[in-house]
Amino acid sequence: MTIQFNKETFRDDYSFRNSDWAIKRFPFPFHEDSYMYSVNMEQHRGGPPGSVYEKRFDVDEHYLAEMEDRAIVLAEDPLRCQSLPHMTLAGWDTLELIMTCKSEDYPDLFELHRDGKRWRWVNKPMGIDHSFTFLDETTLPCGPLEYITRQTQGDFAVLDQRDEMLWMDAGTVTTQADWSLDFDIGMNFFEWHAPVPMAHELGIFKRALKFLLNVQQGAPARRLNWTMTVNPLLDTSPENYHKWGIQKTTLTPENIGAKQHLRVELQTFFRLPRSNALLFPIRCYLIAFQDIVSVPKWGRRLHRVVRDLPDELATYKGFIANRPMMLDYLGQYDDGRPTSPGIWPDLETEPPLDMGR
Amino acid sequence: MTAAPQNTKAGAEKIAVTVSAVVPLNDLVTRFEFTRPDGAAFPPFSAGAHTVVEMRDQGRTRLNPYSLMSDPSDPSIYAISVRRDDQGRGGSLFMHRNVKVGDAMTLTYPVNLFSLDLRGRKHVFLAGGIGITPFMAMIAQLEQSNGNWELHYACRSEALGTYADQLRSHYPNKVHVYFDDQNQAIGLEDLLDGQPLGTHVYVCGPKGMIDWVHTTAAEHGWPSENVHSEEFLAPQPGKPFEVRLCKSDITIQVGEHESLLEAMERCGVDAPFLCRGGACGQCETDVVEADGEFVHRDHWLDDDDHACGKKIMPCVSRFVGKTLVLDR
Ligand code: HEM
Ligand code: FES
Repeated sequence: MTIQFNKETFRDDYSFRNSDWAIKRFPFPFHEDSYMYSVNMEQHRGGPPGSVYEKRFDVDEHYLAEMEDRAIVLAEDPLRCQSLPHMTLAGWDTLELIMTCKSEDYPDLFELHRDGKRWRWVNKPMGIDHSFTFLDETTLPCGPLEYITRQTQGDFAVLDQRDEMLWMDAGTVTTQADWSLDFDIGMNFFEWHAPVPMAHELGIFKRALKFLLNVQQGAPARRLNWTMTVNPLLDTSPENYHKWGIQKTTLTPENIGAKQHLRVELQTFFRLPRSNALLFPIRCYLIAFQDIVSVPKWGRRLHRVVRDLPDELATYKGFIANRPMMLDYLGQYDDGRPTSPGIWPDLETEPPLDMGR
Repeated sequence: MTAAPQNTKAGAEKIAVTVSAVVPLNDLVTRFEFTRPDGAAFPPFSAGAHTVVEMRDQGRTRLNPYSLMSDPSDPSIYAISVRRDDQGRGGSLFMHRNVKVGDAMTLTYPVNLFSLDLRGRKHVFLAGGIGITPFMAMIAQLEQSNGNWELHYACRSEALGTYADQLRSHYPNKVHVYFDDQNQAIGLEDLLDGQPLGTHVYVCGPKGMIDWVHTTAAEHGWPSENVHSEEFLAPQPGKPFEVRLCKSDITIQVGEHESLLEAMERCGVDAPFLCRGGACGQCETDVVEADGEFVHRDHWLDDDDHACGKKIMPCVSRFVGKTLVLDR
């Protein structure tokens, strides 16, 4: 299908909306009625047609609006994109990977023409047609990482791999769930994960690191992470906490269905071939509570997950104060029936809501 | 989540190739060059990466890792250089005797366990014998980016100095070659003392040389992060032993001249691996029960792991004793 790109905003009037198509393909993150941190990694080699897992870099109806939002953030705060000097090659790796994947996966939207080191990149949705010399920074308007991530949805952390460890030495981070590239730059895997509760004790980070150090070229991996966001804000950064943190107090029983969003990150892991660095794209998908509950299985399950989530996690994810109000709202969509296993909406097979008890 | 059917495969992704050149370099070493049958470009790789070559040797599959030594900026070929080991387990002999131009073979995608530290202001390479191969690619990569490097290369004799002449004539100021039979040796202590801050040292060669470089560098106050090494262990023969694999629900015999990993593969068990040399950690396997002695030979597990007998790396390690049960 050809994608209709939305005209919408992730700030001020918050005109962001999900179409029915986007709701049905939303990456709902709970495969059962409860949630706990785990080493939930799997191969990133496609998925059902039309799902967000199908392509290596998913492009959806929010593409242009997300790129406009990124441009605004970068204009206000250039430190959202950083690359330590030794990471330039990894930046070119990232550019090559994304251009190759997008032109192969979306030939009607993106084209890459290579003639040795002379490359021509065509990004039709953004109206870009640019010729440059691969590995020659003077032929791009900015560094290779910034160039390509201004044209690709999701945040990007680029990890150098040395001494059996990953180091956050480059990235473009404008749609993050309350963490900061400028703060984390140069840190290692355990250091930047220090604020996360419980997972260290469960040994999750030790095992996750081992897995990541062995992610191989040609065999990318993925996992999902999630949190909650009031209003469809992409930029929930610590830098701007004073602007968005306070919005959490504007939730009311009347507006919660429209204002409260489940925020899901599709995180992928790619070994970069020339630099041996690891690319970590973090793609953010937002969905309003009122849209989630339009899928009966998801409404039932989200209620149970939010209800039973350990306090430590609800606190870390920043919604412990609003949890009672969320439960009042979500409880209306949980009739106590069992849910089918797995993440898919199962609209044809799951029964409609039955509150007539 | 499970969004897609997962078919986890052992080892890295594979590439079908055609042998495009077989170039004897001296009495012991031959270079093999590969192209892709469909003429496509090879995946880019980073200097220091290796590939695992799959050999079909009379119904037996041999899998040997070799450093990629071609220029990483040339996507049209991959090349390896193989030293014939007459006492070895047969992989290098197979390459030397049986592999001919035009043969179809299978390689894995590159895997890098010996990468350049790109922060390095200077890179000092220490090669012993066939250990020169990863440095061929590193030199090519650094030359592209104007990197600062020098090479110290110890070989047995002029006649066995694989690539020594070529390197000396290309880079006369950066390459230093030492011949054992002329009693020349790398002056490691002076070399280490004379380096500017931010220098990284890389060593590839026999185990004795690697240990010598690590020890000497540590004695001279070098941080361990600045000293890099790669050693592929070849599995060593040993007494045959029996293993019970409880997940697969079979009992298998490991022969004298095969590794535990190879025995599992021979019996149709899809066991994970990448390097087959005790370095990557991919083949790590839990021990369910053991009555006997482990012969741990890997670089992956730490001393505590080795002592407690709860884990084994089947690519290089063995077992002597009555019972061994593995969670595989
Ligand atoms: C190299 C890739 C990765 C990067 C760059 C990364 C980065 C981060 C960052 C910046 C945070 C926020 C920490 C904060 O509060 O400041 C975080 C949270 C977290 N990370 Fe990672 N991470 C990576 C891989 C993984 C993997 C493989 C796992 C697997 C289990 C994992 C598990 C988590 C968990 C459980 C949290 C808490 C999230 C939440 O509850 O919202 N991370 N990560
Ligand atoms: S396969 Fe790499 S350690 Fe065994």
